Amino acid sequence: MTLTGYFNRKNERVRHPFRVIMEKEMADHLTGWRFIILTAIMALTCLGSLYTALANMGQAVKPNDPEGTFFFLKLFTISDGTMPSFVVFISFLGPLLGIGLGFDAINSEHNRGTLSRILSQPIHRDYIINAKFAAALAVISAMLFALGMLVMGAGLVTLGIPPTAEEFIRMILFILLSIVYIAFWLNLSILFSVLFRQPATAALSAIAVWLFFSVFYPLIVNLITKGMEPSPAASPYQLVAFEQFRLTLLRVMPNQLFSEATTTLLMPSVRSLGPLTMEQMIGAVPGPLPLGQSVLLVWPQVTGLAAGTIVSFVISYILFMRREIRPR
Amino acid sequence: MTGNIIELTGLTRKYGQFTAVDNLSLTIARGEIFGLLGPNGAGKSTTIMMMLGLTEPDSGTARVCGLDPSADPVGVKKRTGYLPEEVGFYDDMSGLDNLVYTACLNGLSAKEAKAKAEKLLERVGLSREKHKKTGKYSRGMRQRLGLADVLIKDPEVIILDEPTLGIDPAGVREFLDLIVELSREHGITVLFSSHHLHQVQQVCDRVGLFVGGKLLATGDVQSLASQLFGKSPYSVEAGIDIPKQHPGGNTGNDQKRREIMDALLALSGVNDIMEENGKMHLSCERDLTGEIAAAIIGCGARLTSLSKREYGLDDIYYRYFEGGENHE
Repeated sequence: MTLTGYFNRKNERVRHPFRVIMEKEMADHLTGWRFIILTAIMALTCLGSLYTALANMGQAVKPNDPEGTFFFLKLFTISDGTMPSFVVFISFLGPLLGIGLGFDAINSEHNRGTLSRILSQPIHRDYIINAKFAAALAVISAMLFALGMLVMGAGLVTLGIPPTAEEFIRMILFILLSIVYIAFWLNLSILFSVLFRQPATAALSAIAVWLFFSVFYPLIVNLITKGMEPSPAASPYQLVAFEQFRLTLLRVMPNQLFSEATTTLLMPSVRSLGPLTMEQMIGAVPGPLPLGQSVLLVWPQVTGLAAGTIVSFVISYILFMRREIRPR
Repeated sequence: MTGNIIELTGLTRKYGQFTAVDNLSLTIARGEIFGLLGPNGAGKSTTIMMMLGLTEPDSGTARVCGLDPSADPVGVKKRTGYLPEEVGFYDDMSGLDNLVYTACLNGLSAKEAKAKAEKLLERVGLSREKHKKTGKYSRGMRQRLGLADVLIKDPEVIILDEPTLGIDPAGVREFLDLIVELSREHGITVLFSSHHLHQVQQVCDRVGLFVGGKLLATGDVQSLASQLFGKSPYSVEAGIDIPKQHPGGNTGNDQKRREIMDALLALSGVNDIMEENGKMHLSCERDLTGEIAAAIIGCGARLTSLSKREYGLDDIYYRYFEGGENHE
């Protein structure tokens, strides 16, 4: 089949309205300045972190390191302190990407007067919000996979060592996890776009939430826990309970969940995300966890992130379905 | 299929304490051009939203094309075209692309959609501007594009909500003619909502007067006039000049005036006389222009002007609002 033949057949096919909306939204994202800028930021991030990672690769590998076998994964995690690693970059800039693609999803349609026109076409109302979410998510996924693969490819060329199958799977899982994490912020900004009429208000509120979680919330947790800190002479049970409490408070933050999950996936030697007692450590052979065990360890974090994503989507879905549509 | 295409029975919609649409019953026959006339905030748009299933009625039922819009909104929207007051298009897409998008949402393949959109753009006189971005369109062009957008799904009913707002008089005329032509060509039922009396009078077969959520009267302009003005459907306006040299000065003038009024009231068929700006307004049962002229001249006064007028929508409209309720 020739290429023109393919396009002719594509043109003659009747597409489902959901696909029509989704394809249009994707085209809007891909041709818009906003996405180009966000992609440029992400690409620069990649380059920067890749450069520091490659420059420090020599020092990173020590003899008898249990993670020595996972040489390739270090591409994503090491840094020399001047530039954050790839993982840290994603956890910081990912929200910006999600917010950037979602904050004007519904309200801009409303302000342009296109919402009532599109909704008077024979489609179900939820197609709009679903298609918008799906389109943004598809674009983000494509971008993250492309960037992830590029980092891997660059690593392959400069290091000359191919990743093992397990390393590859861990990286794919990391990318999937990043997509879920960004989807959370995407949904949050779509929720704000349903709530607020002005795109600027929606964007600011989403950024406020992002700043709150990445800057202020850890400070607040510190403040609270400082006052409750047990004395060093307290019983180990008290110390463990306190540490657990502190972690629980921190885990309200999506970025905390994300960074815990990614560190475990990309550093197989991490074997617990909470406090460990000496008894638990005795007799443990220092070595990396198998893939299955790492995934098991981060399962609660992944579930938490997915739940947050779903909750904010459900709220915006319900609000949008109940919203009275007026012509502008 | 003939008969009524729109049937509304006891439709009510409340916003808190405010009743936007109050127990509205209305039927519109197939192929009719119906004018919904009312001041701003009368509930016209709310009624339209309920017909399209975009807003749920609190009580009562609507049937459009034999379907219930709250139960089967997609079915209704497949057969109904809706042109809002300020139609919104995606400003960064060309007129043609906007139409193709709507057509695809209505289940046409991209190829069919393009052919049909080109045809309709030709029909509404936009074929030269079809590749221009809609952001650069003028108001009148946007409304015409909106009409093409409505027609692309081959609707049985088109609903126009204040479609002529903000178009210049020549553009309005053109636009209205286009609607009438299209309606007659394709046998499309048109529901035309407006607060512009003359436009409604110009195009509509039947008119419904809609004030404060209630439908006060329906019928064609003639029957509305006879309903309202009952016994005196004719109005004659006479300008009278009383010769200055008449003895008695001003009081004589008044006397003369009273004399003329008495003479006019004595004519059989004259129901009432009102004096305003030096002119006399007579309400008559029949066309009494000749008799009135003769009577005035018979009294020795000069007749400076005489005009006969049938009641138009203006008079009907204002007569309804003389009560002062919901007047804006």
